[in-house]
Amino acid sequence: MSTVAHEHDHHHAPTGLKRWIFSTNHKDIGTLYLIFSLMMFFIGGAMAMIIRAELFQPGLQFVDPQFYNSMVTVHALIMIFGAVMPAGVGLANWMIPLMIGAPDMALPRMNNMSFWILPFGFALLISTLFMNGGGPAGGWTMYPPLVLQLGDAFPFLIFTVHILGVSSIMGAINIIATVFNMRAPGMTLMKMPLFVWTWVITAFLLIASLPVLAGAVTMLLTDKYFGTSFFNAAGGGDPVLFQHIFWFFGHPEVYILALPAFGIVSTIIPTFARKPLFGYASMVYATASIAILSFFVWAHHMFTVGMPIKGELFFMYATMLIAVPTGVKVFNWMATMWKGAMTFEAPMLFSIAFVILFTIGGFSGLMLGITPVDFQYHDTYFVVAHFHYVLLTGAVFSLMAAAYYWLPKWTGYMYDEKLAKIHFWLSTIAANVLFFPQHFLGLAGMPRRIPDYNIVFADFNMISSIGGFAYGISQLLFVYIVIKCALGGKKAKAQAWEGAKGLEWTVPSPAPFHTFETPPKLTKSMLEN
Amino acid sequence: MASKQRGIKKTTTILFVVTILMFGFGYAMVPLYDAFCQITGLNGKTQRVTEGAGEASPLIDREVRILFDSNVNGDLPWRLKPSLKSLKVQPGKFYDATYTVTNMADVPVVGQAIPSVSPQIASLYFKKSECFCFVNQVLEPGETKDMLVRFEVDQDLPKDVGALTLSYTFFRAKGDNS
Repeated sequence: MSTVAHEHDHHHAPTGLKRWIFSTNHKDIGTLYLIFSLMMFFIGGAMAMIIRAELFQPGLQFVDPQFYNSMVTVHALIMIFGAVMPAGVGLANWMIPLMIGAPDMALPRMNNMSFWILPFGFALLISTLFMNGGGPAGGWTMYPPLVLQLGDAFPFLIFTVHILGVSSIMGAINIIATVFNMRAPGMTLMKMPLFVWTWVITAFLLIASLPVLAGAVTMLLTDKYFGTSFFNAAGGGDPVLFQHIFWFFGHPEVYILALPAFGIVSTIIPTFARKPLFGYASMVYATASIAILSFFVWAHHMFTVGMPIKGELFFMYATMLIAVPTGVKVFNWMATMWKGAMTFEAPMLFSIAFVILFTIGGFSGLMLGITPVDFQYHDTYFVVAHFHYVLLTGAVFSLMAAAYYWLPKWTGYMYDEKLAKIHFWLSTIAANVLFFPQHFLGLAGMPRRIPDYNIVFADFNMISSIGGFAYGISQLLFVYIVIKCALGGKKAKAQAWEGAKGLEWTVPSPAPFHTFETPPKLTKSMLEN
Repeated sequence: MASKQRGIKKTTTILFVVTILMFGFGYAMVPLYDAFCQITGLNGKTQRVTEGAGEASPLIDREVRILFDSNVNGDLPWRLKPSLKSLKVQPGKFYDATYTVTNMADVPVVGQAIPSVSPQIASLYFKKSECFCFVNQVLEPGETKDMLVRFEVDQDLPKDVGALTLSYTFFRAKGDNS
């Protein structure tokens, strides 16, 4: 089928720096997103290293508490909005047109803009660290009244959130417009690869939730500078209202980070198990129901804020309900591997680790979702351990898996499998050394977001910090592997993986600048899910 | 191709409209939240009544204990104390209670008291005809003032509530820059 991909190398695209700045090509923009998110991953990671260095021993060693708190806050904002989300959008840009047989994204110019406002947003955010009064230090959730006490950095923080929101919304609109209008003939919705499905649903979550966040931070801005009293008790407002609005965005946001990961893993596991994905339709419905339910569980982030007992029960039961479709997914991944002819290349290793470790994070999430229990766990390291299991060993591991899986398609070369396996084992062991002890710290009562701690927590913190440094250093290996792969190596075939299915493997590796300018003819076997 | 372009335009337009509607929904949550609080008593805001407006019903033989609590928020240089720690009241009857407030600063300061009743459900049945929290309070430097709150507990207060806490927090009034 490689004949469908005509090589049109007679395009008149600009070269050099202009190629990247003015690019409207989905592959170039995808690459930009991915490189940007990798850079942000290291900036956010450096902040995590500062946090772990400070927590290596009790007492105040390296940084003052204000700076520590701004590290915690900015680390979160960068990792969420700068690393995981852009990486997901980058993958969507690169792969969705290839997977559905479209020549490009539906709105290429908007695509360019949605990427290029990101660096400005993060330049603003990072610049706040050098401002009078320091960077944002009230936590990434920006709760008033604490966040309103921020110095000069406050309006920059709000504007950053606006910029990132606009960028993500434009990206989301683009993805939906592409998938709804540009699929190759014969590719019906229920024939789409699951990665495309999870991204469409994620895009809807973005469009429904990010404007609400934009509204909430705008209210903060007018409260501070324009005399409104949305969250000001003295003026008749209620600070708790902010938490409700924020988490109405915040919980769907959790799934914005997680759903593309589900899509990635659902693509990779069938490839290396050499079996079609078990329960494709149930996967689609499970993803959709997770997305819908995510709008009705927000208050489980704030059980301790004071709510009528009926409210607490409602949000507890709704939270428990999400475990059902998530359980369906985990079951399907295991059933896909069941009796499969499995091989364990790096993408598969990361995917299997994802299934196991994400499930651990899911279980600790269930514990946190139980209202009476949450009163003990709330704002402790147990919460930190929980969301790092779902976001680092969950979302980030899936992104690593995706990078290894599609690197041959992007660069035209196979990556160094041996080094990649070393990277996998180092990452997995280090991440568990880093975050597993934090469960115990949380259960023993160590609070979050505090630079000092009681001496009884010293041992587990030291272990956790050692894991943190090991994880941080081992990610440098990933950069080396990616650069090495981009520069050369074993040539990759069009179908780089033996068991890979899908249109992206019908075009040569590396994927030519223009693909599917005429829609591909789909054969029956290509539409098997 | 043209129909594809039309489809893209339509999808994009719809999604932009949804984005703007969801931005509006964020703001709509403000009145929704207020309504929700009024119905459920969430956030403990008390009720305001005019004395003698409703029809007086015969008093029932029941006693409820009111506990008085006071707080001063953040940087407000005031001291606030209830004159009584607690008071036993009969539902359906009006009572007076006073709080004593002192301005410790050497400049005049404007404050605003915000009430809160706990348990939350009781806030729906806690009715005030007069309260120092209805208006801003201005205190001259060093001034001490006794402030009145006149209230009744509604007879329909759920049976399982035997005691409730009335708490006031004084905030610096909006627009006061002293």
